[in-house]
Amino acid sequence: MQFLQDPIGVIAAWLTGLLTGWGVSALVTQIILATVGIVILVSAAMLLDIFLVWVERKVVARFQDRLGPNRVGPFGLFQPFADIIKLILKEDITPDGADKLLFNMAPILSMASVLLLWAILPIASFLYGIDLNVAMLYIIAVGAIGTLSIIMAGWASNNKFALVGAYRMVANLISYEIPMVIALLIPVMLSGSMSVVGITQAQSGYWYFIVTPLGALLFLIAAIAELGRSPFDLNEGESEIVAGYHIEYTGMKFGLFYAGELLHAFTFGAFISVLFFGGWHGPWSDKYPLLGILYFFVKAMFFYWVIMWIKYTVPRIRIDHMLYFNWKFLTPFGLALLMTTAIVHKLLSNSSQPVYILGMLLANLILGWITVEILRSVSRKQRVISEPVPTVGAGND
Amino acid sequence: MIPLSWYLLLSAALFSVGLFGVMARKNAVAILLGVELMLNAVNINLVAFWRYGTPLNLGGQVFAIIVFAVAAAEVAVGLGLVISVYRRRGTVIADDIDLMKW
Amino acid sequence: MSFVQIVFLVTALSILIAAVRMVTTGSMVHAALWLVATLFGVAVLFVLLEAPFLAVVQVVIYIGAIAIMFIFAVMLTRREMLDKGPQLNTKKGIAAALGAVTFVGLALMLTTWEGFDSYARPMANVDTVARLGDALLSPDAYLLPFEVASVLLLAALVGSVYVSINKK
Repeated sequence: MQFLQDPIGVIAAWLTGLLTGWGVSALVTQIILATVGIVILVSAAMLLDIFLVWVERKVVARFQDRLGPNRVGPFGLFQPFADIIKLILKEDITPDGADKLLFNMAPILSMASVLLLWAILPIASFLYGIDLNVAMLYIIAVGAIGTLSIIMAGWASNNKFALVGAYRMVANLISYEIPMVIALLIPVMLSGSMSVVGITQAQSGYWYFIVTPLGALLFLIAAIAELGRSPFDLNEGESEIVAGYHIEYTGMKFGLFYAGELLHAFTFGAFISVLFFGGWHGPWSDKYPLLGILYFFVKAMFFYWVIMWIKYTVPRIRIDHMLYFNWKFLTPFGLALLMTTAIVHKLLSNSSQPVYILGMLLANLILGWITVEILRSVSRKQRVISEPVPTVGAGND
Repeated sequence: MIPLSWYLLLSAALFSVGLFGVMARKNAVAILLGVELMLNAVNINLVAFWRYGTPLNLGGQVFAIIVFAVAAAEVAVGLGLVISVYRRRGTVIADDIDLMKW
Repeated sequence: MSFVQIVFLVTALSILIAAVRMVTTGSMVHAALWLVATLFGVAVLFVLLEAPFLAVVQVVIYIGAIAIMFIFAVMLTRREMLDKGPQLNTKKGIAAALGAVTFVGLALMLTTWEGFDSYARPMANVDTVARLGDALLSPDAYLLPFEVASVLLLAALVGSVYVSINKK
């Protein structure tokens, strides 16, 4: 029973006893245990990544009304292994005049910036890398490292298309960091803690998307923009700039970029589920903590599916539309949402739970309705400007 | 444990390297990079004195946060000026920008 | 040599090496990337000093915004993609001497201070982030500098856009 309640603690205690029994000092034991934990977590994330390649190809096929890979293994399950073997066997070309160190370091940094996020993700109530008390800002910090890797990739390729693609992608990423920080501040306000584990534990009564659906929506949009997935994938516009900063990368380096993007999408699906949808909470997850792992993966996979759904349905946004959308709509909307949530949360903090939930939901609905009305009037004005003036014989008046 | 002297010597060395960078580089953007080094050295000093002096009064950390804000503002305006000068003169070499008019 | 001391020495060495490479390298993009290495080392130092909020804020603001601004500025102010020529001007001898004098002067002045070799007292197990929030926003702590800093950032925002806008 103790093992079922806290498997990691039991295994760690047993290993510590084993190593100190062999005469290893306490400090080296701690380092060895931490290293083993890191290796296991990273390996699990990378194995999940292989599975995600299969999921992606099957789902995109179904959205496009075809079957997807179904020859290599049952239901095409071994297709990712075939992909990996193909990528490893490809010739590894470094372009002439490219900066070799930066060129080789960029895909590694890009993958590292995704794997670093797994250190703070709570997979179950006992299963997380570390309980960082500034985890929300850590998410943004790791995103900043990813942005840096894109500039390195674009510049080190010695290719003008790569550079233009990198510029556009970095403009995208640094613009959409602001709505993402605002959306991350909302669960921080509601739970009073900046740690992801703390926010998940605070959702044991009700999930946060009931109280702030607009916040969940804002985080979803900002996360899709931060991932660089469609409709914000102006980096990979094949008709525009021929694959952007990926152009000069062949073989497994491209594989690292591609697999890193898929794992990044799944990680953000996991963050949406952890921050707004309860994470590992579910029926009977208090009595059997191991069930939390199952709930976590089901929710994370569902949101990964939502992100893929949006990717394969919506057309690509042009770069000026994308910047307009961020600075003139999402950032003011996010700030208004933050202020509304703060005011209503403070006003209703002493009332009973149903009143609180209904009050926050009502505030969100009112804010959403006001936003839609403002958008409608703005688009009506724009349509009036762009439509031709009706002629006299139109019978309109 | 780490004595305070190590932090103070490190930040003094970083400050001196930044000073060298400001005075010895030709490119105007590189001069701003040296200023960034000096601001980072100051930040290390502030946080070290906070931790070793008054860890319960958070004035040191607040001071460091204000230095972050000031550094960000200064870099934004400074780089805007450098880009504007580049558009007018076509050069960012600090020695060549020596005429006040035209 | 305890573990923390080894970590500090490795970090300090990498900060200084990255800083020296930054001020002597010929390529400007490499200089901006050595700055990123220096800033990351300073963030590690903040973690050693038990200020985790400052460490992540350092990465977000310095590496995620300021370093990227530098890289963009470097790329917008060059005529071709490759750098050429030495990057140090004719006064580098005087500059090096002045830097050395500054360091020696600071070190000598610091050694005469009696708290120079003090060790850190163990900090009570309080939540520094919550207390930092209190300190920044309570009127009898540091609310006024916080608000003035936000006005400063607004002025910098408007000013930098106005200075570099292309009025065509």
